[in-house]
Amino acid sequence: MMQSSKGSSMRASGGNNHLITLKSVTKVYDMGKEQVHALRGVDLRIRPNDYISIMGPSGSGKSTLMNIIGCLDTPTSGRYEFEGEVVCDVAGEDVTKMSDNELADIRNRKIGFVFQTFNLLSRTTALRNVELPLIYAGIHRRNRIEQAKEALKQVGLDDRASHRPSELSGGQRQRVAIARALVTKPAIILADEPTGNLDSVTGQEIMVLLDALHEQGNTIILVTHETYIAEHAHRVIHILDGQIDREELTANGKAAA
Amino acid sequence: MIEILRIAGSALWAHKFRALLTTLGIAIGIFTVGVVMAIIEGLNATFSEQISSLGSDVLYVDKRAWFQGHEEWVRSRQRRNIGLDAVDYIAQRSEYVSHVSPRVFQRGTLKYGDKSLESVTIQGVHEDMAVISGTEIVAGRFLSRTDTRHKKAVAVIGNSIKEELFASVDPLGQRIFINGRRFLVIGVLEEQGQMMGRDLDNMAYVPAETLLKMFGRRWRNISIALKAAQPDMVGEARDEVIGIMRRYRQLRPGQPDDFAINQQSTLQDLYDNATRMLWMVAIGIGSIALIVGGVGVMNIMLVTVTERTAEIGIRKSLGARRSTIRWQFLVESMTVSALGVVVGFLLASGAAIIVERATPLAARIPPAWGGLGVGVVVVVGLVFGLWPATKAARLDPIEALRYE
Ligand SMILES: Nc1ncnc2c1ncn2[C@@H]1O[C@H](COP(=O)(O)OP(=O)(O)OP(=O)(O)O)[C@@H](O)[C@H]1O
Ligand SMILES: [Mg+2]
Repeated sequence: MMQSSKGSSMRASGGNNHLITLKSVTKVYDMGKEQVHALRGVDLRIRPNDYISIMGPSGSGKSTLMNIIGCLDTPTSGRYEFEGEVVCDVAGEDVTKMSDNELADIRNRKIGFVFQTFNLLSRTTALRNVELPLIYAGIHRRNRIEQAKEALKQVGLDDRASHRPSELSGGQRQRVAIARALVTKPAIILADEPTGNLDSVTGQEIMVLLDALHEQGNTIILVTHETYIAEHAHRVIHILDGQIDREELTANGKAAA
Repeated sequence: MIEILRIAGSALWAHKFRALLTTLGIAIGIFTVGVVMAIIEGLNATFSEQISSLGSDVLYVDKRAWFQGHEEWVRSRQRRNIGLDAVDYIAQRSEYVSHVSPRVFQRGTLKYGDKSLESVTIQGVHEDMAVISGTEIVAGRFLSRTDTRHKKAVAVIGNSIKEELFASVDPLGQRIFINGRRFLVIGVLEEQGQMMGRDLDNMAYVPAETLLKMFGRRWRNISIALKAAQPDMVGEARDEVIGIMRRYRQLRPGQPDDFAINQQSTLQDLYDNATRMLWMVAIGIGSIALIVGGVGVMNIMLVTVTERTAEIGIRKSLGARRSTIRWQFLVESMTVSALGVVVGFLLASGAAIIVERATPLAARIPPAWGGLGVGVVVVVGLVFGLWPATKAARLDPIEALRYE
């Protein structure tokens, strides 16, 4: 069972060893007539090797938060630091933002995405899909194939390298996506409902994989609606209406502490 | 770069039929321009070979210009004939002209023994014609001054006549009959080949005076061939001869010339004009087809970009920069263009071969094809691919990822 630790402030573990720092981050979607406040001031710190679940009702802003952390989107206001560097700092008129290319490079080198819908290129083999981030990182072909094969092996799919996504099961597709996320050895893996399209058994297999990655030292944030999935993480952050409602430590988290 | 090509290749492969259709416009454009270029290249080679037999430093004084419009032609028909006396008139007065000869033409039948040859061109000329025409004598001698002044019945025969009538006999000293009149063969010309489909060896030279005496009226129209004393003084020779001819014709100042000076460059100009027309037509049709093709490429690329919005989102989420995405689609549009260029050139090569085989025209594949091809690929591919590629590059990653 999870224990609520509502109100307890995040442990400021001193120094600057935070991987990610969000300060009063908001996101407003301007829909012409009305404005949608997807995030209303989120403060969050993530340290290396954190394992965090984000939970909350539909439309509460989980995906929006993940996109901002993943540098796919930028906040309307607030400050976002990644490894001590300011990705974005918007305070009124005062705007500091990384360039489009810098954001692309952070996504490429530092972040691994795992999506609910897998988001693999359908016409391309598993191996080529895993190679993609390495291509954009400018890694030489021979090393690239080697690393991609290594990543596929890590998710137990080394025998499916030449299969196209349509020839793979849902669970296998998600494994390819995870291999693609980890192939660049990113600083953080972001998984937005990675088990959302999978049955519970397959979902558990994927979670075992993520647990193993965390074991190996990876930092992981995942969004889920399922408590039994969330419990794999060490911390659960509950989001409500674009704000962090409460935060709790799971059994795993307590055991590790 | 290789990766970008591979991505473009596999993207096109996924829509082979569509890619092929798109390239049709470009293929048609390349085909048109390619075929015209091949024909012009072929014509150039044949033409320059043939025109050289006219001699670039030779002028021809004629009653009419070689090429003229219908009105001019009707008007110039009224002109007085040029008589044989004009030859000496020019020869005595000109400084820039070294050789002068009349040219009087007569179609004739040649007979030797029991053999006969029809439709032979008999040219009445003077001794200077040997130098003017630049033809060598391979046996015997050319006409002499004595032959022409004394209206001797002697003939210098072309190679074809020698082969047809004197297969096994030495023609020199033999007597032949030209239109029933007896001539003595005194020389044989070297082989000259063809010009514009005419056998230049099926002819014989006889003294102009003899020809006129035997076959024509004294004042029949003649042409006069002149060789400039120096190859670089053709212009001066021309101006001088115009002056002399005006005096010969007793024209008053302000009266227009009632004769024409023709030369090889007249033909060259005519040819250049004709090929220029051909070029314009080719460039016109070609550029319209290329623009249509280019718009086709742009259209198909816009469809492609929309269809592959999700793919673009995925690539961006994995760290593809805008420029990378832009290049991916530019290379793709250039690949489509290249496909069109290759198809167009293949068709054009086929057409060139057919033209070469089935018509008297020559067609050659010109080296400029390469430049044209590369130019079209780059210009059409880049220009018409830029908007779709930029559109793809500017897509917002999240919206692209959500796209269904
Ligand atoms: N591009 C957008 N334009 C306008 N509104 C948006 C956009 N993206 C998200 N929103 C709105 O922002 C709010 C938060 O959306 P978000 O996708 O973050 O929710 P979520 O917590 O991930 O929900 P779910 O559990 O259903 O995935 C929602 O009200 C949504 O309608
Ligand atoms: Mg969501």
